[in-house]
Amino acid sequence: MRRPSRDTAESHRRITRRGLILGGTMSATGVALALRMRFLQVEQADQFRLLADENRINIRLIPPARGRIVDRTGVIIAENVPSYRITLVPEETSDIDAVIERLGRLIELDPDELDRARRDLRRLRGDTPVTVADRVSWEAISRVAVNTPALPGVAPEVGLTRHYPHGAAYAHVVGYVGPVSDRDLERIEAPDGLLLIPRFQIGKIGLEAECEDVLRGKAGTKRVEVNATGRVMRELERHEGISGADIQLTLDNALQTYINARLGNESAAAVVLDCDKGDILACASSPSFDPNLFVRGISSVDYNALLENERRPLPNKAVQGIYPPGSTFKMVTALAALEDGQVDPKETVYCPGYVEISNRRFHCWKRGGHGSVDLHRSLSESCDVYYYEMAMRVGIEKISAMARRLGLGIEHDLPMTSVAQGLTPTKDWKIVNRGAEWVIGDSVNAAIGQGFVLASPLQLAVMTARLATGREIRPRLIRSVDGVAEPGDRGSDLGLNPNLLREIRQAMFAVSNNRRGTAYSSRIIAEEYRMAGKTGTSQVRNISTGERASGVRSNIDLPWRQRDHALFVDFAPHDAPRVAVAVVVEHGGGGSSVAAPVARDITLQALYGGDPPLAAYPAKDRGRIRTQQEELRQYRPEGGTHERERA
Amino acid sequence: MSYLEYSVKTTPTGLRKVLYFNWALAILLIAVAGIGFLMLYSVAGGSFSPWAEPQMRRFAVGFVAMFVIGMVPIWFWRNMSALAYLGTLLLLVAVVLVGVEGKGAQRWIDIGVLRLQPSELMKITLAMGLAAYYDWLPMSRVSRPIWVLIPAVMILVPVALVLRQPDLGTSILLIAGGGALMFLAGVHWAYFAVVIAALIGLITAVFQSRGTDWQLLADYQYRRIDTFLDPSTDPLGAGYHITQSKIALGSGGWTGRGFMQGTQSRLNFLPEKHTDFIFTTLAEEFGFVGAVSLLTLYALIVFFCVASATNNRDRFSALLTLGIAVTFFLFFAVNMAMVTGLAPVVGVPLPLVSYGGSAMLILMLGFGLVQSAHVHRPR
Repeated sequence: MRRPSRDTAESHRRITRRGLILGGTMSATGVALALRMRFLQVEQADQFRLLADENRINIRLIPPARGRIVDRTGVIIAENVPSYRITLVPEETSDIDAVIERLGRLIELDPDELDRARRDLRRLRGDTPVTVADRVSWEAISRVAVNTPALPGVAPEVGLTRHYPHGAAYAHVVGYVGPVSDRDLERIEAPDGLLLIPRFQIGKIGLEAECEDVLRGKAGTKRVEVNATGRVMRELERHEGISGADIQLTLDNALQTYINARLGNESAAAVVLDCDKGDILACASSPSFDPNLFVRGISSVDYNALLENERRPLPNKAVQGIYPPGSTFKMVTALAALEDGQVDPKETVYCPGYVEISNRRFHCWKRGGHGSVDLHRSLSESCDVYYYEMAMRVGIEKISAMARRLGLGIEHDLPMTSVAQGLTPTKDWKIVNRGAEWVIGDSVNAAIGQGFVLASPLQLAVMTARLATGREIRPRLIRSVDGVAEPGDRGSDLGLNPNLLREIRQAMFAVSNNRRGTAYSSRIIAEEYRMAGKTGTSQVRNISTGERASGVRSNIDLPWRQRDHALFVDFAPHDAPRVAVAVVVEHGGGGSSVAAPVARDITLQALYGGDPPLAAYPAKDRGRIRTQQEELRQYRPEGGTHERERA
Repeated sequence: MSYLEYSVKTTPTGLRKVLYFNWALAILLIAVAGIGFLMLYSVAGGSFSPWAEPQMRRFAVGFVAMFVIGMVPIWFWRNMSALAYLGTLLLLVAVVLVGVEGKGAQRWIDIGVLRLQPSELMKITLAMGLAAYYDWLPMSRVSRPIWVLIPAVMILVPVALVLRQPDLGTSILLIAGGGALMFLAGVHWAYFAVVIAALIGLITAVFQSRGTDWQLLADYQYRRIDTFLDPSTDPLGAGYHITQSKIALGSGGWTGRGFMQGTQSRLNFLPEKHTDFIFTTLAEEFGFVGAVSLLTLYALIVFFCVASATNNRDRFSALLTLGIAVTFFLFFAVNMAMVTGLAPVVGVPLPLVSYGGSAMLILMLGFGLVQSAHVHRPR
């Protein structure tokens, strides 16, 4: 029961005294806390309000739509298509594996993508969305969207991705885009903030890379309110960016896809130039590859297959590939000698099948010799000895100068990757680069486009166009940017003697129209479209004296790598040139047998703007040509999507 | 005996006791708890679940418990004190042996219906034990070394057990609360001077031991101290709590951003926004005015307890009331110092406002004892 409490006055006084002391201490502490709050909430309020806003307001970039690329008639070459992907925010999910498993029952998940996602999930912060499935179909997206309540943290997202509807046909010219890599970022000074957006695509190669600035556009911005985990709660403000400019190319889709199909699996390149303003109507390199693979992120198996292919599908042979031009260079040597007055068109040189120069024997391709040849026969029958003589008369410096005047050995300014300069050798060049004096044999070799002389198919086409027009034709690839036409120019007169040029053109006409011309079998019958051309067969190996004695081995007997390159250049119609064509078939064999028929088909296709009538071909070829045309049509998609009308 | 003499000299009996309760204190408790419900409703994004509603239920239970305890004569509680203290001590030992782990600490024991946190209970029963001890001890012996050693051991044994869990916040509360009670009981000044000197030595030792084999605190506790001393060194890691909490407080300004308009808490920048850091939400949404209002309510609760104690001539009652008042004060003072960046983050909830069952119930038990002492004070 109740125990009497020790109610001593002394105890009560002491407790009260000490209680008051403690109460005082507590009050002092309370005041200190209140002062601290005053300091934070009143004196520093503005600063903290700012910090709170910095916390919650984020400025995000809106990626602009990349400019489209269309051909000269408006056919779409590169476009942006919506791409759907499914992302997962790990911190919004309690059981990631269960969610992925449930997702796997709804849509098909790619195991590789899933492995990568799992790696990302381990590596990244919990608030970063991780892509679980990329490029999923619209149906899959809808299925996921309907089931979101059962899939915490899973969100369907939509973005734009690059698509090349014609696949391989433009892989080399247009190139492709890909996600920004660390290397790209290092390369660019003061990178655009856009490049830091995950999976933002930039041009990696070709026109896509060269015209990156035009195509990319300007980023828009939006101010968003985010929570602590970075999730966007609402949008506060939005400034739309500027879409990239559309680029219209000079290329002609019908011609480009035809050439792509015509070259097939040969290791070859072809360039078609318009003789008016130098528009590149087609620029093809084969074999090609599908640029869409690179946009998606190519698998290492596919990439290695492309790298190890001995026909080298990756480089753009039309502008990057440089080859000894062979006999297609003879026009340059001839014109150099004629302009210099070292020879008269009618003057003849005797060809015994070889010529001896400083104790070395230089052979003509025709062992028995051509007998007496003038300029006309030397070109149409491609006599080598005539040019050996010309080289000795005019010298390498003047030959190279003429070559440069005609567009060889100079780098043409084109928005393509690694446009090759080629090589027109001079005496100084050899001393600097080879450490040896120029010898007469070098000139002799150069005169027939062998030795040091190197040119790309593009340069050969430019040379042909300049010979055909006498104007300084400069190739161009871009016809208009964002609807504004690039003016282009026809090129000033080269200042060559028109009479001499006419002699050359007539000789080139004979190449494919004279019964003894080297390309007679690849002539065009159609009167208004007859062409003038020149064959070339450039050696890629040395022929030993012993082999020459026992008979030069034919290309068929040689391994592919040692076979000659086949070249052909032409312009047509011969009397009023509209197009100039250059074709190089690597290790194809003879220029007249391999390159000339290809070039003739391409020329006709360009002139007719589609499959030419069989009447344009020599009668005995028509059956074969018809089969070929039907075959090729299977590989060429009809038409193509035209640019939609802009609102 | 005249009617007048009866009413002054004797304590009320039966249901009449209800009239003699410290009603001002009860109303203040309801007001503070009400603010708590409001804030829990706000941090849940304008919803009674998951926090406000269970908190209200617990407060109701606690409020009833306070009255039940208050009806029981204080001498009964005095007789039970030693038992309560020793029982809690046993529970603390049990935690070490069979406790349940949560958030990296072993603090709970699961006894079917509820998870008990004996370290919370110890805050009250320690005050009971010490008050009973000094009630029993003749005044003349209070400052003799041997009689000072006994309460010191009574404090330090549970502190050692709590530190093992590890729970720095509760340990500090126990030491400070127990020490305050000894001070109130009249222990000589010199002892406190020695203890404070020893504490300084201990703090030095704690820092010196870091990284050695005999490290006294867990790594996370060291990190908390580091970031307390300089939050800017790790603004996204361990310093995140303090930095964000100060931003929330500061951005409230004079009158706050308005109820449920606090961006820091609504957008999840605040950690532990419904428990230890709930004060920041209040300060953000109701500003300086709101924060000081809550501080004033707390101060009034402590004031009414101190006033009740100084009017109570019963030694046990006065000491217990003051002990509970000091414990309550330490709760909110440490919590507020923590969120305003004046003290390291040690994990002390804001009493009656933070979400949490154990702390709320135990505080209401403590106030039950205060009511009992108030009702049954000698008249």
